[in-house]
Parts: sequence; structure tokens; C-alpha cells
Amino acid sequence: MTKLLDIKQLKKSFSQPEGGRLVVLDIPEFQIKQGEQVALIGQSGGGKTTLLHLIAGLLAPDQGSIRIAGIETNGLSEQGRDRFRAETIGYVFQTFNLLPAFTAIENVRLGMAFGSGKHQHARAADLLERVGLKDRFNYRPSQLSVGQQQRVAIARSLAGRPKLLLADEPTANVDPSSAASVLELIRDTCREEDVSLLTVTHDMQIASSFDRIEKLDEINQVDHSAASSA
Amino acid sequence: MSLIHIAWRNFCHRALSSFLTTFSLALGVGLVVLVLSIYGVISEAFTRNASVGYNLVVGPKGSPLQLTLNSVFYLSQPIENLPYTEYMEFLPQDERAAMVNQFGGDPALAERDGRYAPYIAGGFAIPLALGDYFGEFRVVGTTPDFFTKLKHGPDVNEDFTFSEGRAFRDFSPEHSYFEAVVGARVANEMKVNLGDKFYPTHGDPSGHGHELGFTVVGILDPTGTPNDRAAFVNLEGFYLMDGHAKPVEKAEQSETNDENILDEAIDAEESNETQPTTDAAPSANTSASKDASKVSPDGTMSDATSDSTANSTDARRPDEYRLLSIPEREVTSILIRNGNIMFAPGMQNAINEGIRSQAAAPIGEINKLMNLIVGPLMTALLVITGITCAVAAVGILVSIYNSMNDRRRDIAIMRALGARRSTVTSIIVFESFQVALIGTIAGWLLAHAAIVMYSGQIEDQTGVQVGFFTTSNYEILVLPLVLVLALIAALLPAWAAYRTDVGSNLSA
Repeated sequence: MTKLLDIKQLKKSFSQPEGGRLVVLDIPEFQIKQGEQVALIGQSGGGKTTLLHLIAGLLAPDQGSIRIAGIETNGLSEQGRDRFRAETIGYVFQTFNLLPAFTAIENVRLGMAFGSGKHQHARAADLLERVGLKDRFNYRPSQLSVGQQQRVAIARSLAGRPKLLLADEPTANVDPSSAASVLELIRDTCREEDVSLLTVTHDMQIASSFDRIEKLDEINQVDHSAASSA
Repeated sequence: MSLIHIAWRNFCHRALSSFLTTFSLALGVGLVVLVLSIYGVISEAFTRNASVGYNLVVGPKGSPLQLTLNSVFYLSQPIENLPYTEYMEFLPQDERAAMVNQFGGDPALAERDGRYAPYIAGGFAIPLALGDYFGEFRVVGTTPDFFTKLKHGPDVNEDFTFSEGRAFRDFSPEHSYFEAVVGARVANEMKVNLGDKFYPTHGDPSGHGHELGFTVVGILDPTGTPNDRAAFVNLEGFYLMDGHAKPVEKAEQSETNDENILDEAIDAEESNETQPTTDAAPSANTSASKDASKVSPDGTMSDATSDSTANSTDARRPDEYRLLSIPEREVTSILIRNGNIMFAPGMQNAINEGIRSQAAAPIGEINKLMNLIVGPLMTALLVITGITCAVAAVGILVSIYNSMNDRRRDIAIMRALGARRSTVTSIIVFESFQVALIGTIAGWLLAHAAIVMYSGQIEDQTGVQVGFFTTSNYEILVLPLVLVLALIAALLPAWAAYRTDVGSNLSA
């Protein structure tokens, strides 16, 4: 399998209120292959979400290389990164982040609105059917259950036919009985669409079912436990 | 999914806030459109009124604007009166001779053309006598020429037409000298029908009523001019009403003095200037006839002795009335139309250089009135309503900016889905434009609905017909201006959207 995501010498730090900068990530190397499904585990505040934001191009690294599908995203302009994100990356948030003003199908269509997606309605309808919400197209998020909202979020993340899906603790806000089915839905859909998956999770049981488990503490050279104990 | 659709969803999501913001803008725009429409109606009314069918108004020395107001619009008080002989200065010798023969007066008046008669050159001079009222409306004493020679309408080519009846006559067997024609609005408001008789009041609407009444023989069709709100009476009947005769001794003295002065002025001017075509006017330094002329319409003298003001009935034979002699007659103003418009400036100068009367060009005075009074007033109103719109635009700013706290997360989500900074900025601007567009359309509809509601009254008052889609010149500019205001109002929230931090707001 070819490398879909190839990270090298990635560093990210944030300025602190009291001055100076706090280094959050220092990852010499990290890869995900085409179609591979990887679970990323790590302690809270360890930089998992920051890593996803860096991969998605929502944050710019201090240094290093992030190459996705052969394209060096760090070399793109901000507009270029936005377009690349719209066309290449899907994102499932922990809190779903559906837009309350829009119906379920409109939320899914939003996943294609900023890229070059065509036949948006048909694609959105198809995805909603696949996540079991055929009869909820015109429901607003407030009219859907938590599980249904997460399903809409999953459909939206795949709407733009991404090559890489980033899922940030997608089951953290759904009840344990639904968590497995939600995750299974994400994984199955990714397989069907040949999408690589990087999921952040705290649940080792869930992580164990993935192709590969990566511990952020092991790939990140910054020792957060030392920083927090200090 | 287009950005406009996304903006519309945001607009609908905050329905109450969006509605209130849009409504306040609609009120502002409505006010602007209303003011513009009123301005349009006033301009149209002034333009119509400027198409009066005559090019000069002659009256006593004084304010030309006041002369225009009372002779064209039948507003304000007449300045003073002119002797009838001044009116005769616009008539050719044969007409002057007929008048001297009919009414009695200085025979010398019949021996020459009027001083200004050559300037008329195929046009006309129509006398007006003002001072009485019928209810709130002015009574205008004039001659039948008013209805046959005057034209009106945008191209000044429309004859006066009657919804009922006919023009009054100098004398009719049925009503003697006491026939009247009323304007459309007078007929409507005073509930006047053909055959009704009215008694003008003297001096002001609540003044004492004259004993002689006029019978309505005609009701004019609406003309959209001030003539709609005037009651026209036969000038001869007007003179016969009590208090309308100039006391003879005073008249005689005044006439003599005036004639002397006038003749001197004529002599002086004739040596300096050339009139279009005229013979030198002979001197008329004679006293007015003191004979009480009791004449019938054909001008024959009679020996009737009754005092016209002492009788309250108009059913008598014509020879029973003593028509006023020329020295006893006065006119308030004279409407002039030059047959050749090229003579008008020369005539105006000649009249204004004299000592007794002035000639005003009504169109010029109306335009001055528009520019000096109505224009600034409307500008002030426009400025005030413009400020109202600006306040409404600030309302858009406040509404959208206040919603930014709730929307930062939405913006961050859209950014995470691939939206550029410029895209989320555009969505904010589109949202502001939507408020502006809906507010402008709603305001326009509100204003025009209000105009249509009062269209009947507007037409009654001004003669200008307005419909729902009657627009004024500047209304087309309202939408672009409001959009510019909306763009300015959107700048601050759009900048906030542009700067929204994705990472911190996604995890908020």
C-alpha cells in the first residue's frame, strides 16, 4: 500500500500568556497507508487534537513536513490548504458540530459546498441512507437524537469523497451501547469509499479493532507527563 | 449549496432578530421612498401648474411671487388692484372703443390702441378679479375668454371641458350677469350641482356674504391645476356685488393722476424705445365719466335708476343693472399670452419699467419657489430620512455583530469543512445584503401602498394621478445606496468572521 499520510520532523508550539512558547508536538515520523485505519490513543492534553488540526491544515506547523496523497500541505497557501482540506480530508468532531440552522441533508451538503463536489443532493441523500437516516433528511439537529446527529456528522465528513478521514473521539458523546455501532459505521463506510482513517480514542477496546494502534506518547518526543508534573 | 443559500439559512435561523432588523430598515427605506414620491408629486404638480397657458401675469407693483401665488395658485392675498384702464392697455382700439361705449368712461380711451396691445400679437389678455370666497375656495371674477382662450395640460393644448353644463356667459336671459362655473374640487367638496346658487363672502372665507348670488351653469372636469379649486364668476356680476365698485371720486382722481403719470411715462419711453408695431398712443388726460351707466349687454344706454348693490335679486332684466363705468372698475391681475413669444421679454420689460404695474413670468416664479422653499425643505426631509436609513444600517451592524459570538463556532465548522476566510466573510456580507434587499423591497412596498391609499386625496389636492408603480426619479437609487450602507454595516462583523480562530472555536 502507498503512503497516504507522511509526516516528518513535525513540530508545533504555542505561545504562553506568561511568555515563551510551549512545545506540544515533536513527531519525527508518522505515516498512514492508503485505506489503512489507525487508532491514535494518548492522554488528555497530549496534542492529539492539535495533530489532527495540523494534518487538516487548520493549524500551520512550526516546522516539518506533512504530505498527504503526495502533496506537501505545508507548502500550500492558506487558500490552497482550505481547498485541499475541502477536497481531500473529512473531519468528524467529538461534539458533532452540526450547524443548527441547517437540516440534516443540508448539513451533509455543506461537506461538499466548499469543494468541487457535484450532484450534492444525490450524494448527500445516498450517504444519509447509508447511515440509516433516510427518513430524517429535513430534520434539524435539534430534532435528532445524539446518535442520529453523530451519524449526520459522519455522512457529512464523507460527503466530499475525502482520501483521509480524521475522527476526533467520535464516540465520546454517544452512549456506550451506540459507540461500537457508530465506530463500525465509520469504519465500514471508509472501507466502502476506500478512505484512510485516523481516529482519536481513549477506548482501548475500540482501538484494538483497528488495523494499527499508535500511542501519541510514543511517536511524540515531547514528554507531557514531565511537563505536567513539573 | 450556494453561499446565498447558506446566508439565507442563517437569516432564517435568527428569525426574530432578522425580522426586527429588516423591519427597521424597511421603515427607513419606506420613509425615504415616501419623501421621494411626495417630492415627485410636488414637482409634477408644480410642472403642471407651470403649464398655465399664459406666459405673463400682470398685477400691481410688489412681490412677483405673491402675484404668482394669488393669480396662478389662488393663494395668498392679492397685492392691490389695478385700474381697469391698465387692462385696457393690452387691448386694441376697437375693443377699447366698445368698452367705452358699453360701460362709459373717458372717450379718449377709445381713440388709441392700448400701449401694450402690439405685444399681444394674436395672444390674449384675460382679467382676474379676486377677493371673494366660496367656502374655503377663491372666487375668481373673469370673462368667458378664460374658458375659450386658455389651455392647460402638459403640452398646454387641452381645452377646458365640462363634466356638466357650460361656460358662463357675459349675460344670459336666465341668470343675467350672475353665472358661475366651479372647478372639479369645488364641486366635489362644496356639493355643488348645476343650477345651485351660491353667495360669495367678502374678503375672507368667514367674511360677510354678498347679497347677490351666482348660479352654477358649469362644472369643470379635473385639470390637475389650481383651477380645480376655484369658483369662476362672470366679471360683470362680480363688479355688481356690493363693495366691488371703486368710489367714483376716488376713481376719478386716481385715474387722472395715473393717466397723467402714465402718459408722461409713455411719452418718455416712446422716445427711447421701439415697440413691435404700434401707433403712438394719444393722450387720455380726461376725467372719467360720472354718468351712472345703466347698460344692457348689447351696450346700449338706458335710464334705469336702480342701484345695483341695493337689490338682492338677479331676476331683473339686464337693463335694470347699472354696470360699473370704467373708472369704477378694477382688476386684480391680468393673464397674458403673447401670440409671438418673442415679444414677451420686451413686453415684460416695458411693463416693469412703468410705475403702476409689474409683469411676472409664472414659470420663473414657480421655479424660484421650488428652488427656494420646496427644494430645501425636501432636501432636509431627505437628509432626515437618510439618517433614519443610516440608523437602520447601524441596526444591521449591531444585529449581525451581536450574533457573531454565537456564530464563531459555525464559522469555525465551515472553515474546517474547507471554507476559505473569504467565503465566510462573503456569507456575512450576503446576509447583510439580504436584510438590505428585503428591507428595501418591503419599504418600497409599504411606501407605495401608503401612496395608493391616499392617491385619491393626492389627486384631489394636486391633480396628479399616482398608482402603485408610479415612481419618482431618484427611487432607482435607493436600492444601490441601501446596499452600500449594508456593505458598510457588514464590514465589522465580516472582519470578525475573517479573523475567527478555527482551532479554539471548534473545541469550544
